[in-house]
Amino acid sequence: MDRRQFLKTTGFTLASAGIGVGPWNQALAQEGPIKVGLLAPLTGVVASGGREMVEGTQFFFDSIGNQVAGRKIELIIEDDASNPDTSLQKARRLVEQNNVHWLIGNLLANTGLAVANYVKGTGTPYFIPIIAADDLTQRQRIKNVVRVAGYSASAFTHPLGDWALKQGYKKIATVSQDYTFGHEQCGGLAQVFTEGGGEIVQQFWHPLNTADFSPYLGQLANMKVDAIFAMETGADATRFIQQYASFGLKGRIPLLGAMNATDQSVIRTLGAECEGIVSPAHFAEGSDNPITKKFVEDYTAKYQKIPSLYGFSMYSGAMWVTEAMKAMGGKIDNREAFIDTVLKTDLTGSPLGKTVKLDQYGNPIYDVYIRKTVKRPDGKYWNVPVETYSNVSQFWKYDPATYLKQPPYSRNFQGIKKG
Amino acid sequence: MTQTTRTLAIGLITVIVAALLPFGLSNYQVGLATEVLIFGILAMSIDILAGFAGRTSLGHGAIFGVSTYVVIYMVSNGVSPVLALGLGILAATLVAAVFALLAVRTSGVYFLLLTLALGMIVWGICLRWTQVTGGENGLRGDIRPQILYDHRSFYWAVLAATAVLAFGIWRFVRSPFGLTLRGIRDSESRMRSLGYNVPLHLFIGFTVSGFFAGVAGGIYAFFNNFVSPSTVALTQSVEGLLMTIVGGVGTLFGSFVGAAAIIALENIVSSHTERWQTVLGITFILIMILAPEGLVGKVRILLGRVRSSKPQALPNPKP
Repeated sequence: MDRRQFLKTTGFTLASAGIGVGPWNQALAQEGPIKVGLLAPLTGVVASGGREMVEGTQFFFDSIGNQVAGRKIELIIEDDASNPDTSLQKARRLVEQNNVHWLIGNLLANTGLAVANYVKGTGTPYFIPIIAADDLTQRQRIKNVVRVAGYSASAFTHPLGDWALKQGYKKIATVSQDYTFGHEQCGGLAQVFTEGGGEIVQQFWHPLNTADFSPYLGQLANMKVDAIFAMETGADATRFIQQYASFGLKGRIPLLGAMNATDQSVIRTLGAECEGIVSPAHFAEGSDNPITKKFVEDYTAKYQKIPSLYGFSMYSGAMWVTEAMKAMGGKIDNREAFIDTVLKTDLTGSPLGKTVKLDQYGNPIYDVYIRKTVKRPDGKYWNVPVETYSNVSQFWKYDPATYLKQPPYSRNFQGIKKG
Repeated sequence: MTQTTRTLAIGLITVIVAALLPFGLSNYQVGLATEVLIFGILAMSIDILAGFAGRTSLGHGAIFGVSTYVVIYMVSNGVSPVLALGLGILAATLVAAVFALLAVRTSGVYFLLLTLALGMIVWGICLRWTQVTGGENGLRGDIRPQILYDHRSFYWAVLAATAVLAFGIWRFVRSPFGLTLRGIRDSESRMRSLGYNVPLHLFIGFTVSGFFAGVAGGIYAFFNNFVSPSTVALTQSVEGLLMTIVGGVGTLFGSFVGAAAIIALENIVSSHTERWQTVLGITFILIMILAPEGLVGKVRILLGRVRSSKPQALPNPKP
C-alpha cells in the first residue's frame, strides 16, 4: 500500500466512524439533569476573582443539594482565560456540545459582551451577576441576557454623587482605569454631582495595570479638592490605596471609591491604609442585617475568607435563577417562558436580607448602601453601611426614556453639566 | 508519478475528506474545524516567510486582526459583506506593506523584534482608539450573511476558500519568485551578488504573506462576529507561529496539522484542568525535543527514511 492509498483508506475509515456520533449528542439533552454552564476566568489577569465566582456558585448549589424540583443540577465549569475569544469559544462549547440549559458568569466586560453577542443568535439564557456594562440592560438590551443579582456600572455612583453633595463637597477629582467600566462609574458620579451644583475639577484616565500612581497623586495633592473619587479594580486598587496613604493624602483629602475599589478581594490584603474609604454598593459584608451576617459567617467558615462581591453575586445569581426554575417545576426547556419567569421572579432569600426585583430592562433594583471601610475586632477590614438609598433604579431619578436618549458614558461623555 | 501530481492528489483527497467531516461531527466540532482552517491559513502565511524566506514574523497576528476589525466595522456600518471582506484584506495588505518597508532590511532576531514592536503598535491603537475600535470591549455585530449562517454551510464555504488559498500559497512558493525567496533564505549575500534585489523580493514576499493573513482575518470576522484587542495581540501572533512550528516550518500544509493540534489541545485539555497552559507548554517542549522539524516534517523524514532504505534492503542480485 503506498502513501496515497494509506491516506485514502484511513481518511475514509475515520470519516465513516465519525458519522452517527453527531445526532447522538443532541438527542441526550431533553430529559435528565439541568445543565448549567459556568464561565469564569480561572487563568489570566483576573483569575483570583474567577476562583471566587466558582466558589460562590458552588456554595449555593451545594446548599440546595444540587437539585431543584426533583431534577439534578449539573454544573459545568469552563475557564474563559480572561480573554473574550476564549470566552466565546467556551460558550460555544457549553451551548453546542454540552447542551447547557443556561449560562452564567464571566467577569470582564469584554468577555461578557462577546458571549452576550453570541447568545443573541442562539437564544440561550445567559445570566450576568458580575458584568456591569450599562448598555446590556439599557441601549443594547438582549432579551435572553439578564443581569440577575448584578448591577449596571453607573447605578451605584449616581447615589454616591448625591451623597457627596450632601456632605457639602463642592469640588471632586476622579482617577479611573481607562475602560468602559471606569468611564461608566465616573460618569454616573459626575452627572449627578455636577447637576446638583458640584464641580468635577479634573479626570485622570490611566491604563489598566498601572504600577506607579505618583504622577496622578502629585497633581491631586495640590488641586484643592474636597474629595477624590477612585475607580480601580484588582491590583490597581491595591496599589492606588497604598500609594494614596504613602503620599500622605489619607486623612487629608477624603477618598471615595467605586464599590470594587474596596471590595474584599482588594482590602483582604490591606491594613490601615484602606480605613475610612467611602464607596457605594448593594452589598456590605459588614452589614448588621441578620441574614447578611449569617451568609458572611457561613461563607467565611467554608472558604476561610470574607466573601467578596464575586462570591456574593454568583451565589445570589444562582439562587435567583433557581427560584425561577422552582416556580416552573424544573421544566425549563421552553426558553422564552423561562426567561419571562426569571424576569418576573422576585428574589426573597437573598443574602441582602430583603426582596430584590428586576426592572423591566432585566436589571435589579437595590437598596444602595453608602459604605465605609472599618476595622473589625480581629484586625481585618470590611465595609459597613453608613447610609441607605432605597430602591435605586439604574436610571437613578431620571425618566428611563429620556435617560436612554443621552449617549452612554464614555471618556468623551461624562454627563457633566456645563456652567 | 511526479512529485507535483502526487501532492495535488493528496491535497484533493484531503479536501474531499475534509468536506465530508461535517456529517460526522457535532455543530460545535464543525465550529472548531472551521477555526482550524482559518488559523491554518494564518499559520501558512507565516510559513511563507518563516519557511521560505528565513524570516520569523511576530506581527502576523496584528495583520490578521486588522482585517477582522475592518470587516466587522464596515459590515456594522452597512457595507456589504463581500465589499467589507475586500476592504479588510486591502487594509491588512497595506499594513503588511508598511511592516515590510520597515522590516525587510533586517533579519534574525532583529526582524523578530521589529515585527513584534509593529504588532504591538497595532494592538495599542485598537485598545486606545475607543471611538472606532470600541477599546477593550471590542466590536460586535451579527455580520455573517444569512446563507452561511448554518455551521455546516459556513464550514464548506471556508473549506472552499482555504483550498483555493492553500493552492495559491503552494504555487507561490514554488514559483520562480518563491525560489528566489528560498535563495535569500539560504544565502542573502550570494543572491545579492547574483544581481537580485533582495529587499524588494522580501518586501513583495512579506506583503503577499500579509495578504493571506488578511484573508484569514476577514474570514475570522464572519466566524466570530466579534473582535477585541486580544485578536491583534501578541499572543495571537505567537499562536500562529506556534502552529507553524508544531506543524513544521517550511512544510506549508503542516500549518493545518499544527492548527488542528493546538486548537484541539486548548479545547480538550482546558475543560479538564485549570492547568491547561502547563500541559500545552510541556507538549510544545516535547515536540521541540522529539520532532524539532514539526509533526509533518518528522513524518516526511520518517517516510523518506523508509523509502531510501528499500533499495538497500534489496541489493541487485549478482550473477
